[in-house]
Amino acid sequence: MKIGVVVFPGSNCDHDALHAAEVVAGEGAALLWHESEDLGGSEVVVIPGGFSYGDYLRTGAIARFSPIMAAVGRFAAAGHPVLGICNGFQILCEAGLLPGALLRNAGLRFVCRPVHLRVESVATPFTGACEVGQVLRIPIAHGDGNYFAEPEQLEALERRRQVVFRYCNAAGEAAPEANPNGSAHNIAGICNEGRNVVGLMPHPERAIAAELGSADGLRLFESLLLCQ
Amino acid sequence: MPITPELLAQHGLTAAEYEKILGLLGREPNRTELGVFSVMWSEHCSYKSSRAHLKTLPTAGPRILQGPGENAGIIDVGEGWACAFKIESHNHPSYVEPFQGAATGVGGILRDVFTMGARPVAIMDSLRFGPLSAAKNHAILEGVVGGIAHYGNCFGVANLGGETVFDPCYSGNPLVNAFALGIARRDQLFFGRATGVGNPVIYVGAKTGRDGIHGATMASEEFSAASEAKRPNVQVGDPFLEKLLLEACLEAMATGAILGIQDMGAAGLTSSSCEMGARAATGIELDLDRVPQRESGMSAYEMLLSESQERMLLVAQAGREEEVFAVFRKWGLDAVAVGVVTADGHMRVRHRGAVVCDIANAALTDEAPRYQRPQQAPQRTLPLDPRPEWLPGSGRDLQADLLALLAAPNICSKAWIYEQYDTMVRTNTLVGPGADAGVIRLKGTTRGLAMALDGNGRYCALDPRQGARLAVAEAARKVACAGAQPVAATNCLNFGNPEKPEVMWQLAEAIAGLGEACRALGTPITGGNVSLYNETLGQGIQPTPVVGVVGLVDLSQGLLPLGSRFRNPGSAILLLSGAPRQSAEEARQRFGSSEYAAAVLGQTWGLPPALDLDGEQRLHEAVVKAHEWGWLQSAHQVSTGGLAVCLAECCLGRSVESAARARLGAAVDLQTDQEPWLALFNETASRVVVTCTPEDVEEVTLLAQRAGIQAIELGQTRPEAEGFRIACQGRTVVALPLAAMAAAWEESLARQLEPQAATA
Repeated sequence: MKIGVVVFPGSNCDHDALHAAEVVAGEGAALLWHESEDLGGSEVVVIPGGFSYGDYLRTGAIARFSPIMAAVGRFAAAGHPVLGICNGFQILCEAGLLPGALLRNAGLRFVCRPVHLRVESVATPFTGACEVGQVLRIPIAHGDGNYFAEPEQLEALERRRQVVFRYCNAAGEAAPEANPNGSAHNIAGICNEGRNVVGLMPHPERAIAAELGSADGLRLFESLLLCQ
Repeated sequence: MPITPELLAQHGLTAAEYEKILGLLGREPNRTELGVFSVMWSEHCSYKSSRAHLKTLPTAGPRILQGPGENAGIIDVGEGWACAFKIESHNHPSYVEPFQGAATGVGGILRDVFTMGARPVAIMDSLRFGPLSAAKNHAILEGVVGGIAHYGNCFGVANLGGETVFDPCYSGNPLVNAFALGIARRDQLFFGRATGVGNPVIYVGAKTGRDGIHGATMASEEFSAASEAKRPNVQVGDPFLEKLLLEACLEAMATGAILGIQDMGAAGLTSSSCEMGARAATGIELDLDRVPQRESGMSAYEMLLSESQERMLLVAQAGREEEVFAVFRKWGLDAVAVGVVTADGHMRVRHRGAVVCDIANAALTDEAPRYQRPQQAPQRTLPLDPRPEWLPGSGRDLQADLLALLAAPNICSKAWIYEQYDTMVRTNTLVGPGADAGVIRLKGTTRGLAMALDGNGRYCALDPRQGARLAVAEAARKVACAGAQPVAATNCLNFGNPEKPEVMWQLAEAIAGLGEACRALGTPITGGNVSLYNETLGQGIQPTPVVGVVGLVDLSQGLLPLGSRFRNPGSAILLLSGAPRQSAEEARQRFGSSEYAAAVLGQTWGLPPALDLDGEQRLHEAVVKAHEWGWLQSAHQVSTGGLAVCLAECCLGRSVESAARARLGAAVDLQTDQEPWLALFNETASRVVVTCTPEDVEEVTLLAQRAGIQAIELGQTRPEAEGFRIACQGRTVVALPLAAMAAAWEESLARQLEPQAATA
C-alpha cells in the first residue's frame, strides 16, 4: 500500500506519521512536498500534525492554499482515504473537506497528555479494525482543538453518524470532565459524508508501541489493510 | 565621535579595559569597534570573571567527542551515533519580558545544538521564581511557561520536564535555564570553524533588525528600577522560522558543501564571525551591505550588535555555493554570501564602501580580559544548630506535615506546567516529565538517552561547594534511577554580582565543588554557561549552579528504562543507600537545609546534607546493574522532602510509562532510632527507593552488599484501597488514603495559579 504524508513548512509530526505508516505500509510510505500537485501514486494521504506556516493568521488557514491541497481535494472527491491528524484536521476543516472548525481550547492553554477516545463509527477506512464503543488511549497535543459547528450542523453530523471519535473516560463514558478542550459533544474526530475523509485532534501516530504509553493508535493504520 | 568616560560606561567597559583596547589596536577604536569590544568583552561572552575557575573543571573522558568551547558539547553514544547537548540561561531577558525571554532562550539553545549537525530531540528546563503570592511572580511564571511552550511546541521538540523551584530570592531575579539535546551520526558532526582561505561566508535565516542590541551587555549588569526600559533589548522569537532553519541547515549539511557553521546568538554577527575565525586561525571579511535587513537605515554598529533570532553564519566550499542556496530557497529562507574567509586573522567589516571595523579576532576572544576577582567568605548569618523550640515535639502530627509538604510549591506536582509542553513529538519519549529523569529511545539502536537537571540554591547558600557537589550527585542519581549510566554533564552557573567578593567566593567554591563531584562520578563537563549579575536593586539570588547530566541506558533484549512510580502490588520496597553514617548532632544540623525546615517549620539553619561521592558512585553502579539484570520494577531517589515524600511520590507520580496503570499504596516500617520527623523528612543524599519482586530481594541485597552500599527492606507496595502507611519501629505515624495525598499534591499548583477555577 502507498501512503503519502504531506510536508508543509512547519509540519513537525510528519516523520512520526511516516514512521507509523511504515509499520503497515513498509517502504510504500513516502513524504509529499507541499509545493507539488503530484501525490506520487498514493492510495492514502495523511496530513500530519504541526504548525503549518507557523499557524499564523489561524491554524490551517494558509496551508489550505498550497498546491498539494488542490490535489488532496481531488483525491478526496474521488473517494480515496484521507486522514488529518491535529493540524491536519484543522487544515481539512479550513479546506472545506470536513465540516466545522477548531477553536482555541476552552482552557486557553496548550494541552499535551494521554486521553481516552470512544470509537463511534467503524464505517471509515481508518476505523475498520476497531469496534463501536471500543475505548482507545491516545495522546493529544494541541492549543486549538475545541471542535465547533453550528447546532444544525452538529445535529446532522450525529444523525449521519459522522462523529468517529469522542473524548471519554476510561469506562467509555463521554463525560464533561473527560473533554480536554471544550469540544462540542465531546467530539475528537469526524468524517465527511462520503466517510473517506477523517480528521481527529489526538495523535494516533504517537501511540504505536507499548513503551510509548500505548499501541492503540496502530488500530487506525491497521484498518487501512482491511480496505485493500 | 570622541570616546568619553560616559560612552565607556554605557558600553560596560572600565577605564583599564579601554587602555587594553588601545594597546591591542595601537589606535583609538571607532564607535562601531567600541561596540564590538563591548559585547565580546562582556561577562556574558568573555567569561572574564569565571574563566580562571572554569579551567579547573574536568572536561575529558572516553565518551567525550567535544568539550567546552564549541556551541555544544558532544558525546559518543555508540552504534555510530553521537549526542550534542548544552544548558544555557536566559534569566535577564525573562525578567524584563517573560514570554519572549523564555521563548528565545529555548530558541537559542536549540540552535546551539543543531549547529553541531544534531537534530534536537529533547529539551528540559530549570526554572526559579519568587513566591506565587506576589502577582508579579505569578505573571512571570505564566509568561515563562507560555514562552517555552510556544517555542518548543511549534519547533517540534519533546519537553521532558526539569525542575521548578520557588524562593523569595528569585522574586526580582527569575532563573530560566534551558537544556537541549540532539542526535547526529558520529561521522556527520559540524563545528563553528571558518576554514579555507577564500571560501565564502554565507548568512542564512531571518533578516537582521534592531532587536536585542546589547542584549549580552544587559545580561552582564545588575538591574535597577529602570530595567523596564530594557524591554527593547529583548529579542522576539519565531519558532516557525527556526523550524525551517533547522530543516534547511540539516539538509544543506547533507550536501557536503558546508565546512563550518555557527549560530548568531548573543552578540550576533560579531561573535559568530570572530569566534569562527579564531577557532580556525583565519579571518573573516564581511560586507554589511549584503546582509539581509528588516529595517532600512541601520548603521554598522546596529547590524553588528543586533541579536535578531533565527540566524546562522556558515562557511561553504568555494564553487559549491549554489548547492547551499538551493536548499535554503526550497525552505523559503534568505541565504546570501556576505563575506569571505581570509588569512590575516582579522575581523574586517565593510559598510557603504568603507572599512568600519578591523580588529584581530584574538583581541576579541583570547585577549579578552580575565579577572582573578577578590574573594571573601561571607559572614555566616544563619545558626549552625537549631534552637530547641524550632524542632517538632513528640506529639507532632506528622501526617498533617506530610500533606503540607506534598502541597508545598517546591514538592507538588508540576503537571500544570508540563502539560502545556509537547512531551512526545518525534515519538521517542519513554519517560516524560514527572519522573526522576527524562528518557528517549534512539530509533534503530538498542540504546536510550536519559537526562536530568538539578540545582539547590538553599544548599548552596549554606555551603556553595557542598551544594554544587550535591547538585551533580542528584542529577546523576536521577539518571541512574532510569537505569542509565551517567556519562557527561553540562552546567549553568547562576550567581549575583561577581564584583562583590562574597559572590565571587560563592562562585569559586561552587565551581570547585562541581569539579570534585564530576570527577568522582565520571561525568566530565562538556560546556555550559555562566549567568552573573542576577541582582535587582542590590538584592542577589542564592548561588544557584544548575547541573544537567546525560546517561546511556541499555534497551537491548526488551529492557525498558525504569520509572519512579510503583508498578505492582505486593512488591518489596527497598532503600538503597550509599550515604555516610552521621551522628545525631550532625543529622540535626543538616536537617536545617531541608524543605521541611523551610516550608513546615519556617526556619533554615545548619548545613546541606552530607555526601560521600564514593558511596554515591557505588549507588549508581548498583542501581544500573540491578536494572540490567532485570530485577527492578521502579526506582526513585530521595530528595526534597525526604523519604516520606519520596515514597508518596512513588505512589502518586505520573509519566508516559505509568499513566495507564492504577495507583498503588504502600506500607513501610522504618527501623530507625532517629526521631520520626527526622527519619521521615531528612534529605540525606545518596539514597534510592527501589521495588522488586519478593523473590528478588535476596539478589538485590547481595548486589548492594557487593557494591558496598546498604540495602534496607522497608515494606511492600499495596493495592490503592489499602492506602499509604508509614510506621517507625512498629508505631504508625502516617496512615492516609491516596485520594487525600493526591488532592494535596496534584492540585496545589493549579489552586495557586487559578484560584477562581479551583473555587468554581
